[in-house]
Amino acid sequence: MNTKLATILLLASASTLAACAKKAPEQLPPPPETAPTQSYTPTPTPTQSGPAVGTQGHFAAAVGSSTTIYFDTDRYNIDTQDAAALQAQAQYFARYPQVTFTIEGHADERGTREYNLALGERRANAAKNFLVSLGVDPGRISVVSYGKERPVALASNEAAWAQNRRAASVIIN
Amino acid sequence: MTKTYLLLLTAALIAAPAAAQDLGAPMGEDGPVERVAVEGDDADGPLRGTVTDESAWSDIGIAIPAFATDRERPTPANADGTGALGREIARVITANLRNNGLFKPVGPDSLPQPGFGQITAPAFGTWSGRGAEMLVHGYVRARDDGRLVVGCYLYDVALQDELVREGWVVGPADWRRAAHKCSDLIFSRLTGESPFFDSRIAYIAETGPKDRRVKRLAIMDSDGANHRFLTLGSATALTPRYSPDYSKILYLSYVDGNPRIYVYDIGTGKQTLVTENRNPTIAPRWSPDGRYILYSMAVAGNTDIYRVPTTGGQSVRLTNNPGIDVGGSYSPDGRKIVFESDRSGSQQCYVMDADGSNQKRISFFGGRCATPEWSPRGDQIAFTRIAGDFNVAVMNTGGGNMRVLTRGWQDEAPTWAPNGRIIQFFRTEKNTGRSAIWQVDLTGQNERRLPTPVDASDPAWGPIRP
Repeated sequence: MNTKLATILLLASASTLAACAKKAPEQLPPPPETAPTQSYTPTPTPTQSGPAVGTQGHFAAAVGSSTTIYFDTDRYNIDTQDAAALQAQAQYFARYPQVTFTIEGHADERGTREYNLALGERRANAAKNFLVSLGVDPGRISVVSYGKERPVALASNEAAWAQNRRAASVIIN
Repeated sequence: MTKTYLLLLTAALIAAPAAAQDLGAPMGEDGPVERVAVEGDDADGPLRGTVTDESAWSDIGIAIPAFATDRERPTPANADGTGALGREIARVITANLRNNGLFKPVGPDSLPQPGFGQITAPAFGTWSGRGAEMLVHGYVRARDDGRLVVGCYLYDVALQDELVREGWVVGPADWRRAAHKCSDLIFSRLTGESPFFDSRIAYIAETGPKDRRVKRLAIMDSDGANHRFLTLGSATALTPRYSPDYSKILYLSYVDGNPRIYVYDIGTGKQTLVTENRNPTIAPRWSPDGRYILYSMAVAGNTDIYRVPTTGGQSVRLTNNPGIDVGGSYSPDGRKIVFESDRSGSQQCYVMDADGSNQKRISFFGGRCATPEWSPRGDQIAFTRIAGDFNVAVMNTGGGNMRVLTRGWQDEAPTWAPNGRIIQFFRTEKNTGRSAIWQVDLTGQNERRLPTPVDASDPAWGPIRP
């Protein structure tokens, strides 16, 4: 197991990680279907003018809504839709081997606080393990659970809860 | 927008290393309150005997006039002197007895004020004429060293008899503790139950919108007074637990970006990781004697329960299961632990021996069983029952006699009063995500919201103070 490697990385960039983790609410609220950068990129071929490699913007422009995968209530299995999203992520990470990232695991509000922290951890690790199985070096992946503490959809209904049961990949550098 | 964001980022970066100091200044520890002989102690002892019918005490009318003072003197406890302080003390006692719903006290603002001499010789005629069945008298005396002597007396008006008396010496800053001690004396004498008013609560103070909640560690007295924030809020704080001696608080902080349990020493303001380990640690709990800490740790995504000595050293793994095992609450004798696990497919409550052996499920009543907390009396387990909505419920220690006590949309995380008769929990509002601390007694009938300066969650009730 490469927990040690991840640990070292985590130690080295503990403060960066803390800061990046705070990005999530800023990045996630816009509906994931629209990749905003594509609307004003004139040509599909990569250019110098878009977001730089190592930013969340670059990652999101490349994989679209696939930065985040979603789970059923209390579940943490990777379904076919999740698998497709993680494959898109894995391709991106294969193309940019210098990029490291954090997988943030989340739960909806309809769970108790501590259980949800454990559940978010489980979900983030499920995403991580899948990416590792696709060839991503585990040393590049950090994992953090926010339980139900950081929802992106704010209503108390099934649709909002479905959006909040998620594992979001967030670029560190 | 981006600029603000960058600023925030920078602030976060700067805050991170210093965040271990995201705490208030050290505060004094909670010492025992000194008991003293009170006025009337040299006199012939009054007749004593069984005077109250226990079944009727909930309807008792209690008169609590202002406490008298032997001599009006200035005190740092009250700008208007010892007389005004005596009235304040009576108000605190009145609020205490009224707020738990079991008594019908009448406070000093609608009662005549007894003189100092009447404290040990009540004008019973006056009080029986007002329909009072019980009468509380007391006095405040400022000593030359600045400390305060507070005497507290409980009389049965019909029998014209003294039921109990006690006196305490407190510093001026601790005058409320004398009022709580007096409340406890009255409560215990009239109900036969153990005291609980002189105790404190640690909790999480919440502010801000639902997607950017600021969560700070905070503490207060059992009645919400002496409120204090312990962390600044730059790092999310969750799930505090007071140590049995009130010297430390265990809690979860994201101060290094990851969920980790810290031991916060109230006296020194220092905090240390519960275990030197890079894995996330959650759900901290004390053993009843304060010698051990339970925590839950996720390794490669799987959460199990561990125990570590409070003084540090080797952790012992108590559960070893592919499901989520989390939390844990000791029986008062320290021999058993109730915890939650989803090993059967959903959250259910389990009991094991303190060494992790003999794990067995106790909840079989439909719905889910989460956040179990063993009563300090040992006879009940409170938990969050999830069956559609979240409600606070109790069951006996074998899982029988389940009773749902609350009916909110999301009532979560019960914590017991030191005497095991009242439960606090937090209630979250649908959609807004706003939360508040509530309490309910074991009948489920007396429910009320606790006053807190901002929204509140994760209450953790400490033991009775010495």
